[in-house]
Amino acid sequence: MELWFSERHTPDVKFSIKVDKQLYSSQSDYQRIDVFDSKEFGRFLTLDGYMMLTEKDEFIYHEMMVHVPMAVHMNAKNILVIGAGDGGVIRELTRYNTIENIDMIEIDEEVVKVCKEYLPKTSCKLDDERVHISYQDGLKYVRNCENMYDLIIVDSTDPFGPGEGLFTKEFYGNCYKALKEDGIIVNQHESPFYKEDALAMQRAHKRIVSSFDISKVYQAHIPTYPSGHWLFGFSSKKYHPTNDFDGEKWDKLGIKTKYYNTRLHKGAFALPNYVEELLRDVE
Amino acid sequence: MKNNQNKMPLYEALNNLKTQRIVPFDVPGHKHGKANPELTEFLGTKCMEMDVNSMKPLDNLCHPVSVIKEAQELAADAFNAAHAFFMVGGTTSSVQAMIFSSVKENEKIIMPRNVHRSAINALVLIGAIPVYVNPDSNERLGISLGMSLDSIKKTIEENKDAKAVLINNPTYYGICSNIKEITELAHKYGMKVLVDEAHGTHFYFNDNLPMTAMEAGADMAAVSMHKSGGSLTQSSILLLGKNVNADYVRQIINLTQTTSGSYLLLSSLDMSRKILYTEGKEIFERVIYLAKYARDEINEIGDYYAYGSELINHDSVYDFDITKLSINTFDVGLAGIEVYDLLRDEYDIQIEFGDIGNILAYISVGDRERDIERLVGALSEIRRMYKKEKKDLFKHEYISPIVKVSPKEAFYAEKILLPLDETVGKISSEFIMCYPPGIPVVAPGEMITDEILNYVKYAKKKGCQILGTQDLNVDYVNVMK
Repeated sequence: MELWFSERHTPDVKFSIKVDKQLYSSQSDYQRIDVFDSKEFGRFLTLDGYMMLTEKDEFIYHEMMVHVPMAVHMNAKNILVIGAGDGGVIRELTRYNTIENIDMIEIDEEVVKVCKEYLPKTSCKLDDERVHISYQDGLKYVRNCENMYDLIIVDSTDPFGPGEGLFTKEFYGNCYKALKEDGIIVNQHESPFYKEDALAMQRAHKRIVSSFDISKVYQAHIPTYPSGHWLFGFSSKKYHPTNDFDGEKWDKLGIKTKYYNTRLHKGAFALPNYVEELLRDVE
Repeated sequence: MKNNQNKMPLYEALNNLKTQRIVPFDVPGHKHGKANPELTEFLGTKCMEMDVNSMKPLDNLCHPVSVIKEAQELAADAFNAAHAFFMVGGTTSSVQAMIFSSVKENEKIIMPRNVHRSAINALVLIGAIPVYVNPDSNERLGISLGMSLDSIKKTIEENKDAKAVLINNPTYYGICSNIKEITELAHKYGMKVLVDEAHGTHFYFNDNLPMTAMEAGADMAAVSMHKSGGSLTQSSILLLGKNVNADYVRQIINLTQTTSGSYLLLSSLDMSRKILYTEGKEIFERVIYLAKYARDEINEIGDYYAYGSELINHDSVYDFDITKLSINTFDVGLAGIEVYDLLRDEYDIQIEFGDIGNILAYISVGDRERDIERLVGALSEIRRMYKKEKKDLFKHEYISPIVKVSPKEAFYAEKILLPLDETVGKISSEFIMCYPPGIPVVAPGEMITDEILNYVKYAKKKGCQILGTQDLNVDYVNVMK
C-alpha cells in the first residue's frame, strides 16, 4: 500500500509526503484539521490540506519567529501571540525567563486540542503559567488593545481562509496601536518564489510598510513550505533589527537553538536581489 | 393552500432543455457559447448554455402561459400578493411600470421628494404632475426620514384629484413610514398606493422586520430581488394587490420591456424565491444578528454613530430596518464619502455608499463574521489615523424643492446651457444627483437656488459622484429659456 499526502504548491507543482498512517481528521467551525505520521518528516499537521508543520522542520520556523525579535528587544516582558495553535512559538518564548506574560489568541479551539493530543513536541508549553489562551478573532482582540505589548508575533495561516484578516492594513494598524512605543511585531510573511505567493507577500508588505516606521523582511529555509524559501516580517516603532542588535548579549543567555544563531540573525536580513526588488516595488 | 414552494419551474424547464441536447438554429447567436470561446471561458460554460431565447418549453416573458406563469404564481404566493411579474430591467422598470399603470398625462401623483430618480424619470416620460410631500429630516444625522401621517394627510386633502400616492419604504438608510395608515387614508380618497420597496425584499420573509407593502394593503410594490433577495443584478419583481388589473399592467410593462428577457435573470428570480420562502427566516435572523453585532461594535469605537431602532418615533420613523448598517460619520470629522473612499482605497473594503454625513455597509447572509471584523477594525483605524475637527462639515441633506413646471415640460422645453454658477433662479431642465443614493438634488422643472449650488459644489469637493446633466462634469446645466 502507498498512501501519500499531496499539496499543490501551484496549479502545476505538487509536493508529496509518503504517509505511514492518518491519526486524526475533523472539520472544525473554521477549517479541516488533519494529523498524519510519516517516515521522513515524522508527525505533521495540515489545515484545509495545507502543510502547517512537521516534526522534522518546525524548529526552523518557530526559532526564527521568536529569537529574532527577542534578541533585538531583550526587555520584552509582555507578549501577544496571534494564531500559533500548535504551540511551537509558545515553546520557544517560554525559554526566556525575562518574559512575564504571554497572551495567545487563537480563533480555532479545536486546533489547540488536537495539537495537545497529537503534537506534544510543539504543544508542550501551552500549560506554562505565563501563558493565557483566549479563543477569538485576532483582529477583534487587538482592536481593543492600546499601548500594551512589547512584542506581537503573528503566526497565521495563509491569507486565504481564516487567517485572511491578519494580512490587512486594519490589522497592522491595530497592532501598531496595541504595541508600546518600543514594540516589535513579527509576522509570517509568505514566500517570494511562486507567482501567487509572491503577490500575497507583496500585498502584505505594502500594508505593513504603511503602518510602521521600520519594516524589514528576513528569510529562512523551510523544506515543507512552498518552494522552501520563506519570509518573515519584522516591523517596529523604534528598534532596527540589525543595527539595534547585540549578539553577544543574547549569546550570554545560553539558549540552545538548532537553527538560529546570532551570525545567522544578521545574514537572514540579507535578501536575494529579486526579493529586494519585489519588496521595493510596493514600498 | 399555498403552491409547493419547493418547486422551481424555470430552473426545471432549463435543466430539461439541457438534457434534450437541442440543436440551436435560433438566437442568441453565440450558440451555447460555442461562437464566443473567450466569453465562455470567462463566464463559464454552464452560464452560456443557460443563456437561451424564449421558446415553447421555456414560455415567453411578454405573454406567460406556462413555466414563467407558474414561477410568477409561486412568487406571488411567497410574497402574499395577488400577482407577481418578473422584471428584467431592474427595479427601475418596476417603479416605472407602477407609475405608468396608475397615472396619465397631467394627472397628479403624490410622492415624497426623496424618491429614487426612476420615479421622476417615469414622470418625465408620462407627463404626470408630482405633488411632493416633504419628508421629515433628522438634523443630527442629516438624512431624510419617512413621511409623517399629518403631512401626507394635508397633501391628500389639498389634492383630492391626485390618482396615486408613491411611498419609498424603507429608505436606503432603513427608515420606514406608517404605510398601513397611509394606504388606508389614500384608499379612502380613491387613490392607488404604490410602494418603492427596493430595499425591503427581506421584510416578506422574517417576522422581526417592518411591515410589507402587501400586508399594508398597497396596490403595487416594486421589490429589488437582487438587493437583499439574492438574485442576479437587474432582476426585480413587481407585486400587485388584489384590486389591480394584472392584464392591463402586463400591457403597460410590454410597452417598454425587452422581448428578449434573459433566462439567467429569470431563473435567478425563480431560484431566489424558493430559497427566500424556505430558508428566509433563518437567513434574515443571521443578517439581523450580524448587523446588530456590527452596530454595537462600531458604536463602541467612539464618534461613529451606527443607528438603529432608537430612531423610531412612531411617525416619520414609524419603524426601522435593523438589517441596515447605516453609520453617521459626522463626529469623526469626515464626510461619509471620505470614509467610503478611505475604506476602499486604503483598506480594500467596498461599501454600498457614502453621502455627505453617512455611510451604508450592506450586510447579507453572504457575510462572514471575520469580514465584519475587518470593517469594524478599519473604521477604528480610520478614526485613529484621519479624525478631524468637524467645523468644516456640511450637514444639510434635504433641500425643499421649488417646483415651477412639470418634469416632462421642463425636460423637453427649449433650453440653454449655462455654467453652474449662473443658474441660480433658473428652472432646471435636467436632473442633478449624487449617486448612490440616486435621489435628485434638482429634478427637471425645479428652480435652482444658492442652497442647491452650495450643496452640489460641496458634494463634488468631497468626492461624491454627481450626475444627471448632459455635461458629464456637471460644470454646465441646461435650464429652461
